[in-house]
Amino acid sequence: MDLSTLPRTELLREVTDLIALHAELIDDDQLEAWPDLFVEDCHYSVLPRENADRGLPVATIFCDSRGMLVDRIVSLRRANIFPVHHYRHIISTSRIHEVRSDAIVAHTNYLVLQTRNTGRSFVYNAGKYVDEIVFSSGKFLFRSKKAIFDTDLIDTLMVRPI
Amino acid sequence: MLNVQDTAVGKVSTDTEEPIGCRIPYSVFTDDAFYKAEQEHLFRGPTWNFVALEAEVPNPGDFKSTFIGDTPVVVTRDKDQSLHVVVNRCAHRGATVCRARQGNVPHLECVYHQWAYELNGDLMGVPFRRGIKGKGGMPADFDLKQHGLVKLRVEALNGLVFATFSQEVEPLTDYLGPLITKHVERIMCRPIKILGNQRQFIHGNWKLYAENTRDPYHASLLHLFHNTFGLYRSTQTGECLMDESKRHSFLYSKAGSNDAARDSEVYQDSRSFDTSFSLQDPSLLAGRSEFPDGITLVILALYPNLILQQISNTLAVRQIVTHGPDSFELVWTQFGYADDDAEMDAIRLKQSNLIGPAGMISMEDGEAVEIVQQAVSSDRKARSYIAMGGGGADDADHLVTEGAIIGFWQNYREMVGIEERVS
Ligand code: FES
Ligand SMILES: [Fe+2]
Repeated sequence: MDLSTLPRTELLREVTDLIALHAELIDDDQLEAWPDLFVEDCHYSVLPRENADRGLPVATIFCDSRGMLVDRIVSLRRANIFPVHHYRHIISTSRIHEVRSDAIVAHTNYLVLQTRNTGRSFVYNAGKYVDEIVFSSGKFLFRSKKAIFDTDLIDTLMVRPI
Repeated sequence: MLNVQDTAVGKVSTDTEEPIGCRIPYSVFTDDAFYKAEQEHLFRGPTWNFVALEAEVPNPGDFKSTFIGDTPVVVTRDKDQSLHVVVNRCAHRGATVCRARQGNVPHLECVYHQWAYELNGDLMGVPFRRGIKGKGGMPADFDLKQHGLVKLRVEALNGLVFATFSQEVEPLTDYLGPLITKHVERIMCRPIKILGNQRQFIHGNWKLYAENTRDPYHASLLHLFHNTFGLYRSTQTGECLMDESKRHSFLYSKAGSNDAARDSEVYQDSRSFDTSFSLQDPSLLAGRSEFPDGITLVILALYPNLILQQISNTLAVRQIVTHGPDSFELVWTQFGYADDDAEMDAIRLKQSNLIGPAGMISMEDGEAVEIVQQAVSSDRKARSYIAMGGGGADDADHLVTEGAIIGFWQNYREMVGIEERVS
């Protein structure tokens, strides 16, 4: 399917749906389903804006396959120790930055609030998604997702995807 | 009421009256008096503090703003390539002079009233010094030379830049001692390139992190990812050694030394040995052997504010910046070697998943520090009990020791004082 032939409103609806589902799976702790939103040969990174602006490559989380996304989740469930917490994503309207025949590039602001067992919620991570979304095996999926975050002083640690 | 502390001591104290081991009153982690005393006697005292990698300020005019303890400083590279470290506080009325984290400038200038300083901190000029139309201006005897930025002593060792407020402290390599110097030189063996920063805010006292990084005991018990994939096990060949003063520590292990049968026997009672866990994408751990000595993990804890590490193919400095008795910031700067090829770049980038605030083998340290801070905060009389490895500040040719933690506290006791400050 040539995505560039589809109406923009339809593309925007698909983009919005996928990004909303991504946030919901994380916030509802359905992390095992999260990697299925990506194609096998995907790229996912959570990147401090400080590094992005200076052209430095270090990401806080860097995965270049769906297998690595699964490994992150297995590590979270089985190996890592962290404060009990929830995320709550607040997502802005997406802007379609580019439509190619095989991919849509969209930019979306996000805010992740975190709540620990103290019961207080705070802004944990504020940033911008740069997503490359493709239509693959009958579904819209992420080929690349970058969360470039402003909040570069990470509170305690980061175990959950953004 | 049962006194739990005395019971714990009683178990090991068999043939002497004195309890074996080291006990630290928890108020060192909570009291403002300790915090203020250590800023003065330790961070601004006779210690060399890490401030930058030379590669962060490669060109004349480059600067980096950072902190020693909580004192703001600026590291600059001068026109003749020399390095300077000055307090980032205007000599006029105290404003922050360099407000950016890094940059390049011909000279330093305070925005408040535009006092301008050379890259070495000397005051160059003051606007309206002679007043306007004969009115105002500085006193006639105002001497630029008396009003520069506060200058620190600076020394670099193979690309690591250190500074001190002290005129008395020994030269850097004497301060580090031969063992630590040798291992700094092992990692900083050739020109490096900066790969990026990560910053982590930990709600705990910085000394809990100083303990944590001198503690090989916890590594295979807290960081389960380590164990599960054989990156680090307490059964591995490794040592925990100190310099003569026991301020600094050098902890290393060799991953190639795993023995699966023996490991499952040793860890049989532990939650932390689960080999059924395998990676879907093992490329994460597919690194290159870089050092001929076969050492795969090095944690160099340099008193007071630096950790220099090599974990597999990740190289990084972690700088401690204090924010108060109950919080500190950890600034991770990851690097590779300037001559790394594209494959090596990719390996380091991928393995950086292991370290940093989201590191699959390092994130737990943030939580470990915080759960101690949360529990010690309200009880000033309680003390810790540190004795693994024998209870002295001793080197160990194994990884089940807390000797280097005791070495840290001996130095802290000498420099800041402990018992006399407990209120
Ligand atoms: S405070 Fe810096 S010029 Fe006045
Ligand atoms: Fe640790």
